[in-house]
Amino acid sequence: MSRRPVFRHPNLPKNDLGYTRRDYEGLDSTLCAGCGHDSISNAIIRACFELSLPPHRVAKLSGIGCSSKTPAYFLGKSHGFNSVHGRMPSIATGANMANRDLIYIGVSGDGDTASIGMGQFIHAARRNINMTYIVMNNGCYGLTKGQDSATADRGSASRKGLPNPFEAIDLCESAVQLGAGFVARGFSGDKAQLVPLIKAAIRHKGFSLVDVISPCVTFNNTPSSTKSYHWVRDHMEATATFDFIPMRPEITTEYEEGDDQSVAMHDGGLIHLHKSDNSFEVTSRRAAIDALEHYREKGQILTGILHVNEALKDTHEIMETTKVPLNSLTAKELCPGNDTLQGIMAGYR
Amino acid sequence: MNKLTSVNDFVVRFANINGSGSASANNLFAKAVFRLGVPVSPKNIFPSNIQGLPTWYEVRINEQGFLGRRGGYDFVVAVNGQTLKQDYDHLRPGGYFFYDDTRSLPEEFNRRDITVIPMPLTGLANREIENPKLRSLLKNIIYVGALAALFDMDFSVFTDSITKQFSKKPKLAAPNIKALELGYNYASTHFDGICGLCVARSDKLTDHILMDGNTATALGAVYGGATVAGWYPITPSTSVVESFDRLTRRMRLDEEGNRRAAVIQAEDELAALGIAVGAGWNGARAFTATSGPGVSLMNELLGLAYFTEIPVVLVDVQRTGPSTGMPTRTQQSDILSCAYASHGDTKHVLLFPQDPKECFEMGALSFDLAESLQTPVMLVSDLDLGMNDHVCEPFEWDDARSYQRGKVLDEAQLDALDRDWGRYLDSDGDGVCYRTYPGTHPEKGAYFTRGSSHDEYAAYTEDNAAYKRCMERLERKWETAKTMVPEPDISINDEGAGSGMIFYGTTAHAATEAVALLESRGTPLNTMRITSFPFADSVAEFIRCHDRVFVAEQNRDGQMRTLLINELGGRPGISPDKLISIAHMDGTPPDAVSICDAVTQKMKGGAA
Ligand SMILES: Cc1ncc(C[n+]2csc(CCOP(=O)(O)OP(=O)(O)O)c2C)c(N)n1
Ligand code: SF4
Repeated sequence: MSRRPVFRHPNLPKNDLGYTRRDYEGLDSTLCAGCGHDSISNAIIRACFELSLPPHRVAKLSGIGCSSKTPAYFLGKSHGFNSVHGRMPSIATGANMANRDLIYIGVSGDGDTASIGMGQFIHAARRNINMTYIVMNNGCYGLTKGQDSATADRGSASRKGLPNPFEAIDLCESAVQLGAGFVARGFSGDKAQLVPLIKAAIRHKGFSLVDVISPCVTFNNTPSSTKSYHWVRDHMEATATFDFIPMRPEITTEYEEGDDQSVAMHDGGLIHLHKSDNSFEVTSRRAAIDALEHYREKGQILTGILHVNEALKDTHEIMETTKVPLNSLTAKELCPGNDTLQGIMAGYR
Repeated sequence: MNKLTSVNDFVVRFANINGSGSASANNLFAKAVFRLGVPVSPKNIFPSNIQGLPTWYEVRINEQGFLGRRGGYDFVVAVNGQTLKQDYDHLRPGGYFFYDDTRSLPEEFNRRDITVIPMPLTGLANREIENPKLRSLLKNIIYVGALAALFDMDFSVFTDSITKQFSKKPKLAAPNIKALELGYNYASTHFDGICGLCVARSDKLTDHILMDGNTATALGAVYGGATVAGWYPITPSTSVVESFDRLTRRMRLDEEGNRRAAVIQAEDELAALGIAVGAGWNGARAFTATSGPGVSLMNELLGLAYFTEIPVVLVDVQRTGPSTGMPTRTQQSDILSCAYASHGDTKHVLLFPQDPKECFEMGALSFDLAESLQTPVMLVSDLDLGMNDHVCEPFEWDDARSYQRGKVLDEAQLDALDRDWGRYLDSDGDGVCYRTYPGTHPEKGAYFTRGSSHDEYAAYTEDNAAYKRCMERLERKWETAKTMVPEPDISINDEGAGSGMIFYGTTAHAATEAVALLESRGTPLNTMRITSFPFADSVAEFIRCHDRVFVAEQNRDGQMRTLLINELGGRPGISPDKLISIAHMDGTPPDAVSICDAVTQKMKGGAA
């Protein structure tokens, strides 16, 4: 097993729990040099470090694909689950049902999510499973060498040069329609925006989608691909510049009112949006879809937080399961005992 | 004409129309027989639709306790015009044809070897039952009342059943009792002494219960401590999780009234098993229930769970294939697809219950096995067991019993560990490794669960030797499983018998009776009921000790026979030609007479 040397620089900055950034890292990546997915892994590492999450309380899950390999490259102290193609959402759902107290981060690709796993993605969203669902969206299948995925824009051409003839699925738009309480879009090359997006998503209770455009340098980084670095850089439109601010008086007071929009997260944290477009109301599903469609028509990609609804109940709350993790219940709490059984038997005589 | 005469040994068949409310009336009749202490076995033979097609309900009454199907019927309640001729023609000579003579029988109904019992059911119902909405439902209750008189049954058992059934809605009890009385009084006055069949009170049943296998399985899951169920509706398994849901809502609430169970109706079977696997990985006792088509869809994740060693329970209630082939008919045709489900070198632990008591016990046991062995365990039942009521012994639960959670390291154990920990290290040499739940320890015990090949420390590797080591250890674990699964149930009826019979699951009922029939004809057979897979050594031993062994089962290809040959065929004394398939596969439960005949024929033919 390749293990990193446990060398710690004494002056590495520590977070509130005393962990350094190193404590959130994983194994060395085996992805192609320059793959957008590695930037997202790094953003996840930074987000978790900055949020001071206890690494072992995070469970990271994925499907199959280059993107789904990445959980090996971050949070080495967390349990990971590299499942099968497209089935991460159901595995995450079950895991969450077993222990509601952990933090669940699911990583998937656009092939993994928008094709084989579309059914599970949709249903995880509509059940509002409390997890952060990160799509590393490169518009193509990386691991199987470059086929178009269902998020590839119509007309966009991958390395093989043929323009994609089919309509693209916009995962953010779908998630908004399905009632997801947190929907955001980022770009792997824009960490300043991505890290706070991921932080906010993790803090959100319920299903949060972060769809990250993540160019595949090997198969889909041609100038004619709408998921290439150049194309995205040239066509990006941010909803807002914002920062994630934990609810602490000394920080929140620093923020001025004005064009800003603050969104309270369920755990009390605030997302502070610097809106570039005053008419865009992130709490409105309709506005989110309008905006997505508007920029799509203009040939632009809207990034940032697209929709937030902190009032939604998550799956456990909807189903009214007990507050303690189900996996911690003992026979005493689970087994109704022989007397009850004999009572039941009497009913079948 | 010789009328059939019998006390407590005959078969009644009800011919109805699906959706006409006959099921509860027919059930009332079967329950009355049961409450009179007489062994009874009702079987619902129904089509795959909601309303309008023919449905039959067959009740075997047998004081000796043989509760498989016997073959043939002695009394038919013919209230379905669509099948009238068929029901008439198939009645045994000397039998009784009870029908609604509001319309008279056509001329070609002219058998002289049966007794016809005409009763104006519709006429009576229309005349006597004021509420038009209840009329057609209560028409069924009227014939049940008539049967009480025809079979000379204690009428109070029926009225007591109704009172009990409607204890919460007493207003509904009165019209039902009235309908029962209508039928009873009409039959008493018009058909006195006409019928030679009788149900007399017996002491054969003491504290027995009458329950369906799916409810029993659900109870097994409740008592076995299951907390997470992911499922997708499919006949005949649907009521497993529906019952689990209902039972846990009643019996598993915390102090604040919140549920100590999570039941998720998934979007498909892939997700259903995914939910169970995710929960199993995270330390909950989790299960799913499905049937053959669902098992197909679950194959990919079953292989992953096997290879990554995640405990999970799958209840497979078998039915006739394919997708909607004869989905409401019974078979044992998922044996091979369950045993070797998925890709690569996989094999799975299977349990074969024969009655509701075993559904309960194996249902609970399956969670212990899954966690002890860290692997999927399948409880393989069938439609007949799952959806029909069966008489069986009452269930018991030992309150001192604790759950076998298997090799799981908690925080303190991880701290105390002086040796190196690796998720897939075989420290005990039994093939079963130590696992940790996510979130246990800040520094120790985290690992990566992956389908891709891994070494003993769960690290990704494509090293050939490491892969081979892993697969060999899984084989070692399989050997361990052999020592943990239930032993076969072997019956040596004759030490000198050269022939034996193997069966499993619900085939046991008809097969046991067939063996008794054969014995009475001078052909003693030893029997072995297989209760689990992997096969214990005693399974091989039984085959070795006999010159030929019949394998009775409910599928065309002799799937259990194939499994036996595949797993044991290379051993001394176990040649494939020793194992003779007795296959039954028409979608109905097998009957004793045809198994007996098939054995006799194969013996004559010298098949060996
Ligand atoms: C059932 C199944 N079908 C197909 C595959 C092959 N496969 C592996 S990864 C992949 C696509 C991955 O694409 P994406 O999710 O976009 O991830 P990327 O590699 O682009 O990050 C496919 C089709 C598989 N592993 N399992
Ligand atoms: S093939 Fe594409 S997606 Fe896969 S690692 Fe290489 S660059 Fe990344």
